[in-house]
Amino acid sequence: MTPLLELKGLHVGIPARRGNVDIVTDVGFSILEGEAFGLVGESGSGKSLTALSLIRLLKKPLKVTAGQILFKGEDLRALSDREMRKLRGARIAMIFQEPMTALNPLKTVGRQIAEMFVLHQGKSWAEAERLAIGALADVQVPAPEERVRAYPFQMSGGMRQRVMIAIALACDPDLLIADEPTTALDVTVQDEVLKLIAQLCSARGTAVLLISHDLGVIANMCQRVGVMYSGRLVEERDTYDIFADPQHPYTKGLLGALPRLGSRHGEGGRQRLVDIDSLITDKASLLQEFYHEPRHKIRDPRVRAGGAA
Amino acid sequence: MRGFNFNLWVGGILTLVVICGAVFAPLLTSLDPVFDANLMNAELPPGREFWFGTDAQGRDIFTRVLYGAQISLTVGVVSQVINSVIGLTLGISAAYWGGWWDDLVNGLTNVMLAIPSLIFALAIMAILGPGLPSLLIALGLTNWSWTCRIARSSTLSLKGQGYVQAAQTLGYGDIRIMATQLLPNMVGPILVISTLGIGAAVLAEAALSFLGLGIRPPFPSWGSMLTNARELIVIAPWATIFPGLAIFITVLGFNLLGDGLRDYLDPHMRTREQ
Amino acid sequence: MLRFTIRRLLQMIPTIFAVALLIFVIFSVIPGSFASSLMSDGRTNADPETLARINAEFGLDKPVHVRFGEYIVGLVQFDLGTSFRFREPVTEVIGDRVWASLKLSVAAMVFAIVVGVPLGFIAALRPGSILDTATMVGAVSGLSMPQFWLGLLLMYFFALQLGWLPSFGYGGGDPLYLILPAITLGVTPLALLARTTRAGVLEIMNEDFIRTAHSKGMSNARVVRWHLMRNVMVLVVTTIGLQFGSMMGQAVVIEKLFAWPGIGLLLVDSVAIRDIPVVQGTILVIVVWFLVINTFVDIIYAAIDPRIKQT
Repeated sequence: MTPLLELKGLHVGIPARRGNVDIVTDVGFSILEGEAFGLVGESGSGKSLTALSLIRLLKKPLKVTAGQILFKGEDLRALSDREMRKLRGARIAMIFQEPMTALNPLKTVGRQIAEMFVLHQGKSWAEAERLAIGALADVQVPAPEERVRAYPFQMSGGMRQRVMIAIALACDPDLLIADEPTTALDVTVQDEVLKLIAQLCSARGTAVLLISHDLGVIANMCQRVGVMYSGRLVEERDTYDIFADPQHPYTKGLLGALPRLGSRHGEGGRQRLVDIDSLITDKASLLQEFYHEPRHKIRDPRVRAGGAA
Repeated sequence: MRGFNFNLWVGGILTLVVICGAVFAPLLTSLDPVFDANLMNAELPPGREFWFGTDAQGRDIFTRVLYGAQISLTVGVVSQVINSVIGLTLGISAAYWGGWWDDLVNGLTNVMLAIPSLIFALAIMAILGPGLPSLLIALGLTNWSWTCRIARSSTLSLKGQGYVQAAQTLGYGDIRIMATQLLPNMVGPILVISTLGIGAAVLAEAALSFLGLGIRPPFPSWGSMLTNARELIVIAPWATIFPGLAIFITVLGFNLLGDGLRDYLDPHMRTREQ
Repeated sequence: MLRFTIRRLLQMIPTIFAVALLIFVIFSVIPGSFASSLMSDGRTNADPETLARINAEFGLDKPVHVRFGEYIVGLVQFDLGTSFRFREPVTEVIGDRVWASLKLSVAAMVFAIVVGVPLGFIAALRPGSILDTATMVGAVSGLSMPQFWLGLLLMYFFALQLGWLPSFGYGGGDPLYLILPAITLGVTPLALLARTTRAGVLEIMNEDFIRTAHSKGMSNARVVRWHLMRNVMVLVVTTIGLQFGSMMGQAVVIEKLFAWPGIGLLLVDSVAIRDIPVVQGTILVIVVWFLVINTFVDIIYAAIDPRIKQT
C-alpha cells in the first residue's frame, strides 16, 4: 500500500550562492491513509518548518532546498501554484497554534468557514453559509445557527480553535496538519479540542500530522511518532516503543522531562527533571540565532513549574 | 543588526546644511538681505554674480534665502520648545496627579485637536498682529497636543513602575519625581515628535508669512518672499523657485531626521514597516 | 448602530461649546481686541467718538460676560452676529461660501484617495521595488513641501506656460478651475494616505489570519480581496477622516493662492480687515466641520470594524 504522504530527504533552508544554510536536514517519514502521526521536538527543532513546507507556505527566504514530498505518489514540489492551491485546504488542511490571531477579526466565523465551500466546491455564498452551520455543528459549537454570525472576538479561545477545525475539515481533506493546536489553550480545553480532532478524523478517515513539543499530547492520539531535534529526525517509531525503549539521547531527555507519563501536568511530582542543555550542538546555536530565541532547557512553563515544585 | 539608517543620515545632513547656512550667512554673502536693493539689478536671472537671481527690488535672492533660514529656524525651534514645555508640563502633571486636573487637560487637548492648528495660529496672529514675537506665540501655543498626549500616556505607564513608587516612598516631592524620574524616560518619543514639530512650524510660518500675517516684508522670510515673487512668476520664476526650495529642503531635513530618530530609537517599528 | 451614531453626535456638543468659548475668549478678553485693533491698524482713523459709536452698534460696550451670554444665545439660534464689512448676518456671509470650500476639499480628498491608496497598496505588495522606493520618497517629499509653493509651481507650469488650465478664480463653477487647487490641496493627504496604506498592508500581511487564508488554498489576489482590503481600510479610513478635517487649515492658504471664493479666503480677508464676527464664525464653522467629519468617520469605522460597537 502506498503511503498517503511520503517525505524523502527533505531539506529546508535559505538558499545561498555558496552552499545553503539548512535548518531542516534530511527529514523523511511517511503517513498512511487515516493514520495519526506525531512529530515532537522543542521550539526551533524544525517541526513547524517541515509542516509548512508540506503545503508550500514557507515564508521567504526559506525554501525547500532538496528532497521529495510525495502526496498520493505525486511530488508536491513539482506542482504549479495553481495545482497546489487546489490541494491546499481541500486535500491537505492545516490548523495553527494561535486561535486568537488565526482568524480574521473583521469577518464572521460563518463567512470564514463558508469561504472553503466557495473556493473548493464552487458553491454560492448563500449555500456556503448554510453549509457553514453544519460544519460548526460538527465541531460541537453550541447553537451553530447563531454562532455563524459571531465575530472571532466574541468567542473564547477553545471555540475559535473549533472554528479553525471546522474550516480545516470543511472539504474533507485526506490529511490534516495540526501545528501545536492546543498549546495556546487553557489546560481544561486542551483535552476537549484534542479529543474532537481525534474523533472527527477517525470518523472521516482523515490522516493527521500532529505537531507538538509535548510528548504527552502526541501519545494520546498518534500511533507513530517522529522525534525532531536540531533540524533532524532523530527517531521514528511506534509510540508505544518510544516510551518503552527510547534510543536517542534527546528522546530520553524528552521522556525524562515529562513529569508523568500520559498526564501533561506534573501534580507536584518531586522527581528531578532531566535538562537537555548538555546536548547543544553547533547547529542548534545556529538555529537559535535564526529564531532570535534564547535557548532554555525545555521552554514549557508547566514543565518548569513541575521542576521547581 | 541595524542597517544603514538612510533617513537619519540624509535628514541630519540636510538639517546641518540649513543650520550652517543660517549661522554663517554673514560669511557666505557680503550683501545685506534688506538694504542692498538696486533697481538696476531687478529681476536678473541666476548667474555668476547672483547665484539665485534677484527680486523685483534687485536684491540678491541667495542672500535673502540665507538670512531667511535664520528666521525660519528661529521660529521653528523656539515655537517647538514652547510647545514641548507646555505639552510636557500638562501631560506629565495630568497623568501624575489625575483627578479633575487630568480631566481638564484632556478636555483642553481634545479642543486643541479639534481646531486645525494653522487656523488657530491664524486667529492668534489676527489679534497680535504680524511680527516675529507674535509668530513665536501663535505657533508655540497651538501645536502641543500630541506632545501632551505622548507625555500623558508615558507617565501613566511609568507611574506604576517600581522606581517611581520607590522615589515616592523615599519622600521625593512630586515635582522632583516628575522632573527626575518621569521626564528622562520619555526623551526618545518627545525628541521624535519635536523634530517633526520643527518641520511643521517652519511650514506654518511660511504659510502665515505668505498670507501676509507672519513676517512682513522687507524682512527676508521665505514665505513673504513667495508672496512678492508670485506677481512676477512669469518674468522671474527663480524668485519663486529658490525660497520654496529652501523651505522644502529644511522641512524635508527635519522630517527625515524625525523618521530616522524614530527608527533608531525603536528598531522594532522599523523592522515591522519593512 | 443608530444608538452609536446618536451617542457620537451628542459627544460633539461639549467640544463645540468649549471651542466657542475659547474663540470668544481669544477675541474678546485678551487685550488687543476689536477696538484697539482698529486703533493700531493704521488704515482706520478712529477717533474716540467713532469708536464708541461702532462699539455701541455692535454691542461691544457691554461687559464681557453679557456679551458672552448673548454670543452663546445667538449660537444656539445659529446666529453668529453681523459682519462689520458686509453689514449682513455672518451666517449668510459664510453660507454663500461654504459650497465652494466643500467642493474644493471633497475634490482634493477624492484625488488623494484615488491616487494615494492604490499607490500605497502596490508599493507594499512589492516592497523594495523601484515603485515602492519612489512612492516613499515621493510621500516624504509631499509632506515636506509647502503646499502653496507647489500650487505656485503648478500654476506657473500648467496655466501660465502650457495654458492648459485656468490659473485662478472660481470660473462660475467651471470644473476646470477646480483642478489645480484640488491637486495642490490633495498632495499632503495623498502622501499620508500612501504611507499609511503601505504600512497597513505590510503590517496586516504579517498577521496570522493571512497565513490561514493562504492555507485555505486562496490565490494571492483572493487573499488581498477577501482578507487584506477591509482590514487595511480600517486603518486608512482613520487617516482619511483626520486629513479631511485638518485640510480646512491648509485650504485657507490654497484658497487665497487661487482666489477660490471659499470660507478659507473669507477668513483670511476678514482677518486682514479685522472683521471679527466673521473671523469667529468662520473658525467655528471650520471646527464644526472637522468634528462632523470625525464623527462621521467614527461611524463608518464602527460599520466596518465589528469590535468598535462593543466598547
